[in-house]
Amino acid sequence: MMIKNKKFMRRSLTGFLIIAFAIIIILLDTETIGDDYVRRILNLGAIYAIVSVSMNLVNGFTGLFSLGQAGFMAIGAFTVAVFTVPVELREAIFYIVPQSPLVANVELPFFVALIIGGLLAALVSILIGMPVLRLKSDYLAIATLGFSEIIRIIFTNMDTITNGALGINRIPGIPTMWVTFGVAIVSIGFIVLLINSSYGRAFKAIREDDIAAEAMGINLFKHKVLSFAIGAFFAGIGGGLLASLLGTVDPKQFYFTMTYNFLLIIVLGGMGSVSGTVIASFVVTAGLEFLRFFDDSLILFGVNIPIFRPGFRMVIFSLLLMILVLFFRKGIMGQKELSWSMVEGWFKPHKNLHSKRKKDEGGTI
Amino acid sequence: MSVLKLDNVKMQFGGVVAVNNLNIEVEKGKIVALIGPNGAGKTTAFNVITGVYTPTSGDVYLNDEKITSLSPDKITKMGIARTFQNIRLFKNLTVMDNILIATHLHVKSNFLSSAIRMPWSVKEEKKMREKSEMLLGKLGLLGIKNEISSSLPYGEQRKLEIARALATDAKLLLLDEPAAGMNPHETDELTKFIRNVRDEFDLTIFMIEHHMDLVMEISEKIYVLDFGQLIAEGTADDVKNNQRVIEAYLGVEEDA
Repeated sequence: MMIKNKKFMRRSLTGFLIIAFAIIIILLDTETIGDDYVRRILNLGAIYAIVSVSMNLVNGFTGLFSLGQAGFMAIGAFTVAVFTVPVELREAIFYIVPQSPLVANVELPFFVALIIGGLLAALVSILIGMPVLRLKSDYLAIATLGFSEIIRIIFTNMDTITNGALGINRIPGIPTMWVTFGVAIVSIGFIVLLINSSYGRAFKAIREDDIAAEAMGINLFKHKVLSFAIGAFFAGIGGGLLASLLGTVDPKQFYFTMTYNFLLIIVLGGMGSVSGTVIASFVVTAGLEFLRFFDDSLILFGVNIPIFRPGFRMVIFSLLLMILVLFFRKGIMGQKELSWSMVEGWFKPHKNLHSKRKKDEGGTI
Repeated sequence: MSVLKLDNVKMQFGGVVAVNNLNIEVEKGKIVALIGPNGAGKTTAFNVITGVYTPTSGDVYLNDEKITSLSPDKITKMGIARTFQNIRLFKNLTVMDNILIATHLHVKSNFLSSAIRMPWSVKEEKKMREKSEMLLGKLGLLGIKNEISSSLPYGEQRKLEIARALATDAKLLLLDEPAAGMNPHETDELTKFIRNVRDEFDLTIFMIEHHMDLVMEISEKIYVLDFGQLIAEGTADDVKNNQRVIEAYLGVEEDA
């Protein structure tokens, strides 16, 4: 009876939270509460969540130290930019070098362009992955970082398609928050389902011990490429959403430093934890904005505190990072996921730290 | 009929010949042991059989089919599974997950239908779970299926590693020092366990072992390696009384 009640309570609480979440988004969306600034941060948080979870799939669940996320985002972002800007505006945007006739008259609906962007990112990741996924740990990181930069430089020089260093602006914006949040929910949902499928277990096996995984009949190469490509697909989707949210893309946005933001998020959230990554995405996005307070000059008792000036925010941010890796190496969640039993555990005194070991049932052998 | 056959296998690393002219035949349903002093090339032989190394020359046959230079995962799919000298479980995962991973090689649905839970994938997953639970039940590990594998006592980790190899549906099991680090009592239990596993699952077992009690009691045939060369083969009694084997283990008596 107790257990039934507990289950019912958990279910209703979960339902209540989902409804509350939906109502908050509806209120924000109809501009009843919040302002553009809040909406923008939340949208950005949702996009960061997609890209970070996709990066966690590769880094945290498959154990491949890949730093190519910015490059794959660039592919998605430019695909959306190239294909969704209204044809009549393009002449004004491509005012130095005209756009190549191949794409100049092609205009696609946002979601079609978004999916194509993701698929292109996945395709490129497979081409990159075939040679570099034979590498391990830091060597793989260096190789993927390099490829990410190559993608960026190619975009800088593809004047007739991407408008080179000038970038593309006037990208149609996202009409409602449901676009970013909807895509985020579907994408993260898909990755969670994948992680809990047989393929997800195979990924984890590769992370835990690739020699044993191979000896258990798992084709290492196939599964590594698969994980890498799925990660790239969702990074491309995230990039496409970002292009639409910002309304403008140029190659400089996709410096490798961008990948570090996502690396920070997955380390903060916990390598191998999806819920941790989602929480960390919003914490980091909002935190970076909140810390702007340190960029403003501060006058205390009539004295101007000299270190409060533009740029000080990043000093604080870096300090927080150092504290994080020194004292909370496993991040918020480690490899665990947020669950009701975990939440209940916070409010209970620690009684049974170790679950009671069940008696061996004694097999036939 | 021989399940496994090594035909003149030679494995050379630079100037070191780890295994030379190795000819081994393992008959179906038998328990066969490979013994020898440290550094004799036993694990190298295992690594050649399981595809970790490609032999410098010679061939490996499984049921008369050549498997030389196939990749380890393909060889496992063809029916050879192994355990490792230093236990290599998926440490942070549960006992059940460890077993389920070993059944992944037979998964037919692709990643998409697996992820979006198409009916046939759900059915497949259910079957995998049923099969894994049955296996754990037979081996007496079902009660601990939700434990993290690295938290198990040593003996159970060894058992789990064997269970995981069985989950691949292999018909030939290669055990690399299954009794390493076990006390006599545990070794006794393991002896029974291995024999029962062989009978229950209709397996052929080829193992490397240093515990002579275990080897002499359980093996139907023994191969002895020394410095990469096969120096003796035969039943326990043949090997025990073989002059070269005694010399390899105890050294040669020099004339005064």
